[in-house]
Amino acid sequence: MRQPILILIAGLVAAATGAMAQDRPVLTVYTYDSFTSDWGPGPVVEKAFEKQCGCDLKFVGAGDGAALLARLRLEGRNTPADVVLGLDTSLVASARETGLFAPNGITADFDLPVTWDDPVFLPYDWGYFAFVYDRTRVAHPPESFAELIASDLSIVIEDPRSSTPGLGLLLWVKSVFGDRAPEIWAGLNRHVVTVTKGWTEAYGMFLAGEADMVLSYTTSPAYHMIAEQDDTKAAAAFRDGHYMQVEVAARVATSDQSALAEQFLRFMLSDAFQSAIPTTNWMYPAVKPSGGLPEAFDSLVKPTRALLYSPPEARRMRDQALSEWLSISSR
Amino acid sequence: MAEHIFPMNRAVAGGALAAATVLALTVGPLVAVAGRADGSAGLGPADWAALRFTLLQATLSALLSVALAVPVARALSRRRFPGRAVLVTLMGAPFILPVIVAVLGLLAVFGRNGLISHALGLFGLPPVNIYGLQGVVLAHVFFNLPLATRLVLQGWQAIPSEHFRLAASLGFHKSDIARVLERPMLKQVLPGAAMVVFVISLTSFAVVLALGGGPRASTIELAIYQAFRFDFDLGKAALLAVLQFSLGAVAVAAMLALRMPDAGTPGHDRPLVLWHGQDGAARLVDALWIMLAGALLVLPLGAIVARGIGGIATMPAPVLAAALRSLAVSLGAVLVGLSLALPIAFGAHALGRRHPVAAGIMEAVGTLAIAASALVIGLGLFIMLQPLGDPLRWVLPVTAVVNGVMSLPFLLRALVPAVARIETRFGRLADSLGLVGWQRLRHLHLPRLRRPLGFSAGLAAALSMGDLGVVALFADGHQATLPLQLYRLMAAYRMEQAAGAALLLLVLALALFWLFDRGGRIGAET
Repeated sequence: MRQPILILIAGLVAAATGAMAQDRPVLTVYTYDSFTSDWGPGPVVEKAFEKQCGCDLKFVGAGDGAALLARLRLEGRNTPADVVLGLDTSLVASARETGLFAPNGITADFDLPVTWDDPVFLPYDWGYFAFVYDRTRVAHPPESFAELIASDLSIVIEDPRSSTPGLGLLLWVKSVFGDRAPEIWAGLNRHVVTVTKGWTEAYGMFLAGEADMVLSYTTSPAYHMIAEQDDTKAAAAFRDGHYMQVEVAARVATSDQSALAEQFLRFMLSDAFQSAIPTTNWMYPAVKPSGGLPEAFDSLVKPTRALLYSPPEARRMRDQALSEWLSISSR
Repeated sequence: MAEHIFPMNRAVAGGALAAATVLALTVGPLVAVAGRADGSAGLGPADWAALRFTLLQATLSALLSVALAVPVARALSRRRFPGRAVLVTLMGAPFILPVIVAVLGLLAVFGRNGLISHALGLFGLPPVNIYGLQGVVLAHVFFNLPLATRLVLQGWQAIPSEHFRLAASLGFHKSDIARVLERPMLKQVLPGAAMVVFVISLTSFAVVLALGGGPRASTIELAIYQAFRFDFDLGKAALLAVLQFSLGAVAVAAMLALRMPDAGTPGHDRPLVLWHGQDGAARLVDALWIMLAGALLVLPLGAIVARGIGGIATMPAPVLAAALRSLAVSLGAVLVGLSLALPIAFGAHALGRRHPVAAGIMEAVGTLAIAASALVIGLGLFIMLQPLGDPLRWVLPVTAVVNGVMSLPFLLRALVPAVARIETRFGRLADSLGLVGWQRLRHLHLPRLRRPLGFSAGLAAALSMGDLGVVALFADGHQATLPLQLYRLMAAYRMEQAAGAALLLLVLALALFWLFDRGGRIGAET
């Protein structure tokens, strides 16, 4: 009885260690978990890049963007990472401060609603935060925060302390209302059903009908249209403007594969990578692929005002916005 | 006393070694994290608020779970009805579910869009408001009532059947049975059960956020999470983990102080015959309790099955591969858990009456593992394994070890009283027969430990199956376990497939639990 278990365990250890022994150079890319999952962009990207690089591309997943940065800080200059992919603008300032990232010398014709010229961090996709609702349940979606506050709609949001979209909403409110943010939160909190640990819980609860709207992205409805032929989900367009999430990658200064890392970053902005983004990461590609975007993306809400703090501003605002939110919401 | 199982010093040494291993695996990572800290902001008012809420919800969850477990366990111990075995097996289920699955199952019943709200709507009543302290406690009772019930049920089943027969022949009234037989047993079992629920609820985090309704409901584990990923303040993360650990330690100390030693008047070791509580009123009350607990258990589980049944047939290959990986990890966890729990149980007993404090500490160390923050343990192990090269290599073995250690509180809750009972009842007989060492273990202990061994190994296996654990912190695309794949499916919007994976997880974990639990009961002599 006991032997099969031991063999099984031995096999697992062997399988885990055996995968390392290969002659081709290995490029280690740290990314967030959902990027490297079987349903994210990871597998497509890995195959396409390995075809052209003669190398072994190894994705290592670590929670979300914030967990990724924390892990890198833990490892410091000993990190095995050659490239880090998946930080966003609210993390860039802290990431830069670690001194672990190196400039890349790559320029590209970015398809972003904001100008981008950062010598170190290259965007690979982006999106707008938005409240997503179900057309069959909400006939008249609010068109601003004020209308949402005046409505009788319920929302489920994510905790900014444990979730990237949660922090996005905090910065969204702050960038629109500045010093009035606490007052807006006092109004919004009346509509908040609950504040979840992450996007997954919030979106799951929204789909289960626990709230009328959920904090997600303007691109979320595209998933339902493309994968489920379901056009009942939509994002509410706010006149206030929509805060953006720009996801970036950078090469690691201590890497001994800097040529490969640079090659990967160039590849990241090419069609093979960018065309996978819309229907695997469900975000906008940072460089428009030659084939354009899937049709469903045409019907998505196009915000008239794109909001985004610069990385240093985002870092400054983050702590202030959090303590304002906590003191209002803990009452 | 148990110097007879093994020579006394060997039993104690074995227990001490196991306890030291557990300590190294729980306190070691904490020290590793603290060692990497450079300066800390210290604790703020938000952290103290989190501490207060943590204490409040964990205390309420423990008291309510245990208070409800007593009538349910009594009903189950003295009633036989079709489906009883299934119900008793299902009691392992909520406990093993990944948080998100359990929460969605609960919401299908108690949510704003749930069964009860719809039923209330038919009468023009407003929906139930589950979000808040009430929701958090409800979820923790859902998770832990079955566990507490099983622990108390074991206590009832351990009362020798002759005692009930004797009580019947002496014309004992209900209150006499309660006073003489049941209350002493409850005093022995309840503090331990309450403590386990308290300590589990202590580290709860995602449930609290999902059902707590907002940042008013924040726990210490959330503060640890924030310190790590938001502020990258490792010192604070370690400090908070110590605080959480200390609360657990206080709970364990309280349990050891409150717990009555097992009086253990010997019986003839025969199966339970139902002698008591056979009048109509008792039947009615028992039926009500069983239905209530059954509904709390079966309705959310039913919702999970209903959601998942459409997706389970079309599980993609990566999910199936992850399921196999999870099975291997959970068998590994059982092995680790048992090889730590048995020495601790025997060691603590051997120290027993002569050194009650030392015995208490040995048991406490094993129990406290679960009060350590999962995040800090993962983080600390990551730091500790870094010098050994790629931590990825160790993901699955480390997961099995951590899950094994985390299952110790349940293994010990079932094994420690059982070992004590066996020694009290048969110790002298075995002594006079000269049964020592392996022979004593084989002929005296193992046959009588089968039931608690099977039950606790089943719990450990199932618990490990559903645990996201340390894998979430450092896994690559190729080593995901089933719960991680489930989260990944949800993160990729594939809710239907995720529901299918949740059902698969539920089925596999229950099958494991059933196999061990059943295996322990078939042919068991008591």
